Amino acid sequence: MRAEKANNHTTAAHRCMRVLSTLALLSLAACGEPPWNNPNPPAQDDRLTYQSMMSPAPPKHLDPALSYATDESLFIMQIYEPPMSYHFLKRPYELIPGALESAPQVTYLDARGQPVEEDDAAVAFTRYTLRLRDDLRYQPHPAFARDEQGGPLYLFENAAQGAEFRQIPDFPVTGDRAVTANDYAYAIKRLADPVNASPMLGFMSQYIVGMKEFSERVAALPRGDWLDLDEYAMEGLEVVDDLTLTITIKGRYPQFVYWLAMPFFSPVAPEVDRFYHNPGFADRNLTLDWWPVGSGPFMMVKNDPNSEIVLERNPNYHEDFFPVEGAPGDLEAGNLDDAGKPVPFIDRAVFRLEKSGLSLWTKFMQGYYDRSGEVHSNTTGVFDQAFVVRPDGVEMSPELAEHNITMSPDVKPGLYYYGFNMRDPVVGGYTEEKRKLRQALQIAFLTEEYLNVFYKGNGIAAHNLIPPGIPGNLEGEAGINPYVYDWVDGEPRRKSIEYARQLLAEAGYPNGRDARTGEPLKIFIDVQSQAISNTSMNWIDRVFSDIGVQVEFRPADFNRTREKLLTGNTQIYSHGWLADYPDPENFLFLLHGPESPLECACDGANNSNYANEEYDALFREMRVLPPGPERDELVARMVELYRRDAVWLYAFYPKEIYLNNSWVHNNKRHGISKATLKYTRVDADERERMQTLWNQPVTWPLYAAVVLLLSLLLPGIVAYRRRQNATARHTGG
Amino acid sequence: MKPLLLWSDLLIFLLVVVLTVFFLRLARDPQTREHWREVFSTRLGMVTMTLILVYVGIALLDSLHFRRALEPVAGSPEGEVFYSNKVTSVLDVMLGGMGERFERTYSAPFALDSFEKQDMKDDNGLTYRDFPPLEHAGRHLDHPGERWDDVLAKSAAALLWGALFSVLAIALQWAFLRRSPFPWHASWITQAAVICSAVWLVSMSRHYHVLGTDLGGADVAYQSIKGIRTGVLLGTLATLIMLPIAVSLGVMAGYFKGWVDDVVQYLYTTLSSIPGILLIAASVLLFQVYIDLHPDFFSIGLEKADARFLALCFILGVTSWSSLCRLIRAETLKISQLGYVQAAHAFGVSHHRILVRHILPNVTHIILITFVLDFSALVLAEAVLSYIGVGIDPNMASWGNMINGARSELSREPVVWWTLSGAFFFMFVLVLAANLFSDLVRDAFDPRSGAGRSAT
Amino acid sequence: MFAYIVRRLVYAIPILIGVNLLTFILFFVVNSPDDMAVSQLGQKYVTPEAVQAWKRKNGYDLPLFLNSQEQGAGALTETIFFTKSVKLFAFDFGRSESGRDITTDVSTRMWPSLAVALPTFVVGIWVNICVALMVVMFHATRLDRWAVFVFVALMSISYLFYIIGGQYLVAKTWKLVPISGFNGEIQPWKFLLLPVLVGVIAGIGAGARWYRTLFLEESNQDYVRTARAKGASEIRILFRHILPNALIPILTGVVVVIPSLFMGGLLIESFFGIPGLGSYMLDAINSQDFAIVRAMVFIGSILYIVGLILTDISYTWADPRLRLD
Repeated sequence: MRAEKANNHTTAAHRCMRVLSTLALLSLAACGEPPWNNPNPPAQDDRLTYQSMMSPAPPKHLDPALSYATDESLFIMQIYEPPMSYHFLKRPYELIPGALESAPQVTYLDARGQPVEEDDAAVAFTRYTLRLRDDLRYQPHPAFARDEQGGPLYLFENAAQGAEFRQIPDFPVTGDRAVTANDYAYAIKRLADPVNASPMLGFMSQYIVGMKEFSERVAALPRGDWLDLDEYAMEGLEVVDDLTLTITIKGRYPQFVYWLAMPFFSPVAPEVDRFYHNPGFADRNLTLDWWPVGSGPFMMVKNDPNSEIVLERNPNYHEDFFPVEGAPGDLEAGNLDDAGKPVPFIDRAVFRLEKSGLSLWTKFMQGYYDRSGEVHSNTTGVFDQAFVVRPDGVEMSPELAEHNITMSPDVKPGLYYYGFNMRDPVVGGYTEEKRKLRQALQIAFLTEEYLNVFYKGNGIAAHNLIPPGIPGNLEGEAGINPYVYDWVDGEPRRKSIEYARQLLAEAGYPNGRDARTGEPLKIFIDVQSQAISNTSMNWIDRVFSDIGVQVEFRPADFNRTREKLLTGNTQIYSHGWLADYPDPENFLFLLHGPESPLECACDGANNSNYANEEYDALFREMRVLPPGPERDELVARMVELYRRDAVWLYAFYPKEIYLNNSWVHNNKRHGISKATLKYTRVDADERERMQTLWNQPVTWPLYAAVVLLLSLLLPGIVAYRRRQNATARHTGG
Repeated sequence: MKPLLLWSDLLIFLLVVVLTVFFLRLARDPQTREHWREVFSTRLGMVTMTLILVYVGIALLDSLHFRRALEPVAGSPEGEVFYSNKVTSVLDVMLGGMGERFERTYSAPFALDSFEKQDMKDDNGLTYRDFPPLEHAGRHLDHPGERWDDVLAKSAAALLWGALFSVLAIALQWAFLRRSPFPWHASWITQAAVICSAVWLVSMSRHYHVLGTDLGGADVAYQSIKGIRTGVLLGTLATLIMLPIAVSLGVMAGYFKGWVDDVVQYLYTTLSSIPGILLIAASVLLFQVYIDLHPDFFSIGLEKADARFLALCFILGVTSWSSLCRLIRAETLKISQLGYVQAAHAFGVSHHRILVRHILPNVTHIILITFVLDFSALVLAEAVLSYIGVGIDPNMASWGNMINGARSELSREPVVWWTLSGAFFFMFVLVLAANLFSDLVRDAFDPRSGAGRSAT
Repeated sequence: MFAYIVRRLVYAIPILIGVNLLTFILFFVVNSPDDMAVSQLGQKYVTPEAVQAWKRKNGYDLPLFLNSQEQGAGALTETIFFTKSVKLFAFDFGRSESGRDITTDVSTRMWPSLAVALPTFVVGIWVNICVALMVVMFHATRLDRWAVFVFVALMSISYLFYIIGGQYLVAKTWKLVPISGFNGEIQPWKFLLLPVLVGVIAGIGAGARWYRTLFLEESNQDYVRTARAKGASEIRILFRHILPNALIPILTGVVVVIPSLFMGGLLIESFFGIPGLGSYMLDAINSQDFAIVRAMVFIGSILYIVGLILTDISYTWADPRLRLD
């Protein structure tokens, strides 16, 4: 009896085992063919999709009048076509006509509006005449859909009428039309409309004639759902014909043409604006801020900022070709392989929200993202072991090399710096002593080492406030900051710590102690708390303790830090600047006296409150000069003042290295323009092959888990049986 | 040298005094003594208590802060001494400068070379690229190959010393406690293990980085040890801060009933219905603003970090008081229905007297159980809050900050595992000991868990 | 019963008012409307006019509590407190500071949260009960003591380590599932496996230990002794006697969290990139988006109160002797 029971039990266990192992096999089969870890949905059609990410956050604004961030231009610049654009390959950056047929024609006018010569002292206005291409056409969009009478099809009386449309693709009927010069004028009027709260309003009002008055006039108007800005004229704007527009600005401002390449000057069709002001649309996020409408190579078909944004090829995009010339070296680098071919190459681009660096990187290495990043390379903090920048190039880890990953370095025309507040009683001021103090601190801050440790060498210590690639930044010995560096053996070498100590002593702080009171010198650094880590604070603390200076950090959130800058209530602050356009003026103005927040009572960029009359005079002169040796001379003198006065503690040019999987082509980074997606080419077959190759799952842990569970269960069963028997015997006895 | 008393230092020593008095008073009560006897009659109770005391001891040593005087300079007025803005604690001194040996960046445990290659110049002035040797690890070795022999030899020596100290310490206790009915040998074994590893760690870290170094080149073992103070203080102070509110409101609600009860119930339901994390985030941001607007209150960075830390303790206390308040209210309700309380009422004994004599002593076990139970939960919560960005000030060493900073290190190839492991180990031991100990305390004190106790 | 629920709901109103007032005060001290405008407008060229325009557009140009320029009821309604806070009671959450409609976001993000939280909850309870039952079978043995020790050890590990470890091993090293992401339409289970697994494992320690205590309490009851004395097998006792009776405390203990499942998990969603309400909240905290936080606090409070009411109801359902009055 007993034996039989045991036998039963073993067969039961057998059966159990068999069921379990079948289950395990079934579950494996259910997973389908490897790779199992593909986070991208399987291809639904044969359209060529580029797999990308938005990281770490989705864009906030996609309205061209509002957007002023690179992660937003990533989308805006694929959808809209501003008048000007940049050449994809040429360096230094070259401005080329975008939506325009040719570069704008410039006319100088005197105060009475009569044309005068460029160098005439009487120049009071500059007029830009913009002539559009004749083949620009908007993407298909419901705003252009017409009813039988030719009026807009989707125009609703109340919120209930359009309630079934939750997204733009929900509208069954679409239409399109040619882009006209009036659309560009309308967009500029939108900048002026205070309701839109465009960041450009204050700045552009200084230049465009009549913008300020227009803004005030429109602000005073009563508003219903929508205000047709077309009914109001702006003095400086004239729509000559369907394809011609003139913009008149006050005085001279040669840099204005750069602004024409920015998203702010993208066309906006009045009917689109009207469409988005349908009652109830805003409550469903049906706004221009979320569903841009343009004539560019791509159009938005899905905008779910919680998970993904999808762009698809705009069927109405005009003829466009890959550039046939490039910068020296582009031919050798294969950047011209597609020269003359029609663009865009891809049909669809998917941007998935990816917040965490670890998963982004893992997916890139598994081949599920085509590139490591779009607006951030995401390589600095995450995978710094992947490569280390050396003076003679970049070294990749074997794993990356094995994946045939290519690299695209990107030196952004920008700066990150710690600036001194020149009004501070301790570190500020223009006496020789204060200069020496600042120079000593500059020497003590080992920028190169800092960049190596915390940025993996992805940055270049700045000798100049103008970044490389922009006129005014010189190479070699001529380009070094002689107050901090010596030129030794063909490379800049930071002056010694002994020299810094000596400067410090001459400044009245021998060994970092005030010569009069003996009090130790303590400097305060204001930083944004998210922007600095404990380890880098410790590091900075250590370098300054080398010359006996004590450091205190005052981390605060963004608003608090900004408030301190605006009120001048800071000693050393951290800041960054990314250029709007590749002109030295866009950097030199960072130290222009009237730009000081304390001077202009505004959000000025001269947070150091640097005030030097010589510099300001040079700046005014330089600003209106055309590029040339004369201007270079002025720029050089200003840079010298910046170096002599040691206005910033340290600065570096951010440099990032973007990684591209082997199947992505035309990866050259453009430091300013983001309108480069149309040039991207993807080899989908190669991608699929590699993904399968790299993602063979490791299955033994599954079996191990099953075995482990069983091994936990079995002794349990055995012990249970023993116990049952024991109990039985016990009660029996 | 100038002693520096941070607010949290003050509070933690105050807490120690309060707890001592509390326990001494409790010990007069024979029933409580019986409960404690039950806790300590198990070996587990002894071991965990020893471990917890070690952590608390380290935290207390790390709470004795001072600022070193700077060298006087010629020309400064006589008698005026200036102090460094670095705050040192007694623990730092005992660790023998473990936290002052910085490397350039990452290095693995017991490594001799940095974890990252660097350009260097050889004797002929040619640039080459290799892993640079560390500045503070294995400099005494003639040859890198001797490393493991050296580690073994030094470990043996350190362990010998550790054993010697342990024998001394245990012998002293043995002299007094050998007749004690409690299983002291379990504690002694733990003590010996702790002493040996401490001696080993301190002596090894003179020659190597036992747990490697982090991104900024700081010693990971040192940081992990510095995290102890934060963890222990947060776990105790948060409860300490909430205790007066929770106990007084709970007792009042349960005793007076009526509108008092309604108001208290309203208060704690309202507070507990707000998602805790949002409340904490809002309050921490609020306090951060206050600190930013009043920078003059704090002369050195650590005081600022300390203020934020206390604010965090306070907020955690406020958000977690409702459960204790609820428990105490229920218990008070029950007790006040009992015959002797009703009788006291009938005899006209004052409310105050009834509360102090009859109610409070009977809810102390709930306070005690909550105190030990919350401790580990709070230590764990700190890590999560630091991850969200509303935790400890980044200036302050804490396990949460370590984990947060090291999160991306796992994606490196080869993996940097030691920072996470360091934080994990020190945190795990503390929380495990606290959890096991709290189980014992609950089993001993909570009448409800009597069933579970007798079954085990 | 119905009257009781209505009464409880009425009682909830002052609580919600209190919640609202508290968060309102907290967040307006932290962040003045000007601060919000600046952080939303971005970094370059923020003029006072732009700040004013933003405040007007988003309705922050009103006084906080009392509008002295308005007559009659307008003095109270034309204030930030009324427009931003009181309207929540009509479930009008308004716009986030970045201009998106919060109700839409909440209603879409709720489902991914639920997709993770519900399986974690159900599987978690099931696994915990199974484990606890197994352990209870061996109570008072060495196996039981070790199991309890393992539970406590599992409890003592920070949740962060479970997530980091799970991602590192299962997704990165073994490549069994995607490391993060979510897709509601195609193969959602693929993305849910790991978060649910991590959630369940991280919960075993505390959960199984709690259930073990509950079961042990039951197993010491007289009826169990009687059953044992009658010679019922240990399995039968467990499943027929202990489990059904322990269900009452289990049920009442877990019901309160069911509504809150909609809120999702802060950590698990942010690590695994799940577009649910948990990560919504975390983003809102990080970007100091007051409107979202206010809405989430309100929703969270409502769900909590609903949970309390459900708990009361489940008491009567599980134990017919209780009546709600």
